Amino acid sequence: MKTIVGLEIHVQLATATKLFCGCSTDYRDDEPNTHCCPVCLGLPGALPRLNRKAVEYGLRVAKALEMEVPEESEFARKNYFYPDLPKAYQITQYDKPLAIAGTVEIEDDEGHEKNVRITRVHLEEDPGRLVHVAGGSKYSLVDYNRSGIPLLEIVTEPDMRSPQEARRFLNKLRTILEYLGVFDGDREGSLRVDANISLEGSERVEVKNISSYKGVEKALTFEVTRQKNLLRRGQTVTRETRHFMEGRGITTSARGKEEEHDYRYFPEPDLRPLRVAGWVAEIDLPELPVARKNRFMVQYGISLNHARTLTGDPKLADFYEEVAHVDPVLAATWVADTLLGELNYRDMSIAAVPADRIAELLALLGSETITDKAGVQVLREMLDACARGRPCERPAAIVEREGLARATGGEFTQVVQTVIAANPQAVEDYRTGKKGALNFLVGQVMKETRGRADPRELGRIVSECLETGGV
Amino acid sequence: MAGTLDFSPDDRYNAFITTCLEVPFGDGALAGTAVAVKDNISTTGIRTTCGSRILEDYVPPYDAHVVELLREKGAAIVGKTNMDEFGMGTTTETSAFGPVRNPVDPTRVPGGSSGGSAAAVAAGFVPMALGTDTGGSIRCPAAFCGIVGLKPTYGRVSRYGLVAYANSLEQIGPMARTVEDASRLMSVIARYDPRDSTMLDRPYDHRPSADIAGLRIGIPEEYFGEGVDPRVAETVRDAIGILEGLGADTVPVSIPGMRHALAAYYVICTSEASSNLARFDGVRYGPAVDTRKTWHEAYQELRHERFGAEVRRRIMLGTFALSAGYAGRYYAKAQVARRNIRQDFERALRDADIIAGPTMPTVAFRLGEKTDPLSMYLSDILTVPANLAGIPAISVPCGRVDGLPVGLQLMGRQFEDERVVDAAFAYEQEVGA
Repeated sequence: MKTIVGLEIHVQLATATKLFCGCSTDYRDDEPNTHCCPVCLGLPGALPRLNRKAVEYGLRVAKALEMEVPEESEFARKNYFYPDLPKAYQITQYDKPLAIAGTVEIEDDEGHEKNVRITRVHLEEDPGRLVHVAGGSKYSLVDYNRSGIPLLEIVTEPDMRSPQEARRFLNKLRTILEYLGVFDGDREGSLRVDANISLEGSERVEVKNISSYKGVEKALTFEVTRQKNLLRRGQTVTRETRHFMEGRGITTSARGKEEEHDYRYFPEPDLRPLRVAGWVAEIDLPELPVARKNRFMVQYGISLNHARTLTGDPKLADFYEEVAHVDPVLAATWVADTLLGELNYRDMSIAAVPADRIAELLALLGSETITDKAGVQVLREMLDACARGRPCERPAAIVEREGLARATGGEFTQVVQTVIAANPQAVEDYRTGKKGALNFLVGQVMKETRGRADPRELGRIVSECLETGGV
Repeated sequence: MAGTLDFSPDDRYNAFITTCLEVPFGDGALAGTAVAVKDNISTTGIRTTCGSRILEDYVPPYDAHVVELLREKGAAIVGKTNMDEFGMGTTTETSAFGPVRNPVDPTRVPGGSSGGSAAAVAAGFVPMALGTDTGGSIRCPAAFCGIVGLKPTYGRVSRYGLVAYANSLEQIGPMARTVEDASRLMSVIARYDPRDSTMLDRPYDHRPSADIAGLRIGIPEEYFGEGVDPRVAETVRDAIGILEGLGADTVPVSIPGMRHALAAYYVICTSEASSNLARFDGVRYGPAVDTRKTWHEAYQELRHERFGAEVRRRIMLGTFALSAGYAGRYYAKAQVARRNIRQDFERALRDADIIAGPTMPTVAFRLGEKTDPLSMYLSDILTVPANLAGIPAISVPCGRVDGLPVGLQLMGRQFEDERVVDAAFAYEQEVGA
């Protein structure tokens, strides 16, 4: 049974000011209703004035997705009552969107490349936000700081065939948007998704307002199971709108009034039609993910997997390019595998990591001044300092202070002999052919030298000592 | 010289909703001139009701662009004038603050919806006032009260701060006893404002000239036909004769699209109004809604209680005209009719420099005379075409019928407001206003 998925994605554009007024869009951590003016509060008599930057950002996306920008597009009013919507209509675009017909390339579930077609993108304003007071209060509060934030709605054709494909599509889209510099994924609620899902031959269900990438995959997975179970039991899938309950990982029916909307769209009389097709040629696109990935492989001689990981986030790719000069392949391994893992573990952003320090660390590794194991320890110390907002020590200083420099021959022999002497049982086991005994002894030496010794070299020395009975 | 103006009119016509007793004013072209402002134009610190109970306590935190300009030029804003609720009416009888009486004959309506502004000027309370004109709301009361009123070209005066009734049709404009004063007020308010995206940067800097020799005046048959009081038509023809005497020529023109003008107008203005007025829901305006009810119920109740019957009627008409399945039949068709009328005027204004006709088909009605909405709507037939076409139109007093004023309406090409002002000025100078 084929699964058919189409998405509508609402992306907050990272402009400095709102879509129709000069209020700042950066209201994080600010008091409610402090980034407002007559326009975004919808006061009687106020008029919208279009933010050119938002249009330019929209066109950047259109160009990157190879879309067609019609000669004329138009804003329209979408009329509905809701307490977070100050004018009781949202200024959006309806039958004349900013751009139409584009594509995004993703990997399908078999790892092959496939195109997801983009139906349209259009500009619209974000409504305010309702804050429900805890404790069964008789009222809710409205915060209009968000009111008027520019949104780009991106609508796909029903081209995805699984929840996983949908997630890959979103990741890809997010990467493109970040490359274009039009989107700040770290901002809460900066991306919201409505997902349409059906099983071939059955009715379609819309799951509204999912606010995370993982949420999309979860909601869709839940829906696939739910719909399949219905059909298995001989029931039918009802065409309806459902809500995703993020906390419980399920969707619930949104029956009733919400489905009966007639938005009474008509052209926004306070704004002139938009004639911007001519701008598209003037827009310079930055290097996009696919091109950068290919360049990384050629220029730095790194693997497809590393190139893909590194270019998956423009900030990570920039970081890599800052440290690649030390040793591109070594840098790729350390940034894409070790560093990224440590960052995820700490929930840290790459932006918090000083590239020059990492370059120094890579140099110490490259010159075999320290072992990989010691390198990880140094890295962790640096990241912990960064995470706490403390100055990041130079890696050489940490190596010095902690005595992490790679141990040399003489030091080894001493420790090896001590370990052999202290573990007669293991020595006996080794002699009777138990292979695990050697690993145990090497481990003991590693412990004593706190990772300063190279395990392979150690293995060689320990077995030499044992063979020659050098104790 | 800056100073303070004391203002205490004997408002026996109910022209004002709010009056300001002591009004500070600054220096400038209008220093110390008392100006009344229609109560749908936002004024910082002065309540702006739109003649509606739903906004009876609403005090805007900002000035409309035209109000900023008035203050800059030293005008003393002495009060906010009565009006049909949200501009929806032709008589000022739909105001929640009671009807306005016509100073010429207090048993008559002043016209609407800017009836308060017209009455304040006609009664001599102020030399000039601001009105707004969506389908004739400046020109109709100007005609009925015997004063001058100009609806500027759409896009010539900023609508920023004008509480919207029908955005694509309306403009703020000057009302005064003389063409010269109307022109002076126009030159203050017609200044570019980037906050109104439908505006063009075409400031009005003009002193009226009475020289109209060679002016070609188009006479559309539709403006003298069925429904127009023959005595009004006759009075207007006489006035046009005077313009001919001043060297103007007349040419017959035709606006066939007039057939659909009223229907198109009422579909468009009610559609836009149904959307504009939706924000008045009791969350931020009017008394707080009852939170024990579901909000749909609470909104419905409050809106029923606080909006008058005419406003509710137009909201319902507009909601219907935009509804799925009907928008194509009503809203879309109205846009086609509107385009036709605009093209008719463009064509007519190739053969003529201005177009002349009566402002209103009759003289002022008695208070309470028009009871059914349809016959009220019909009286807008001669004013709505200029709004649909976006062209400038002025009404200038041109005589009386039964002792009541008649208005001569002069319409021009887009952004040729100066030309209709000149023609009106020439007439006024000739007959000795």
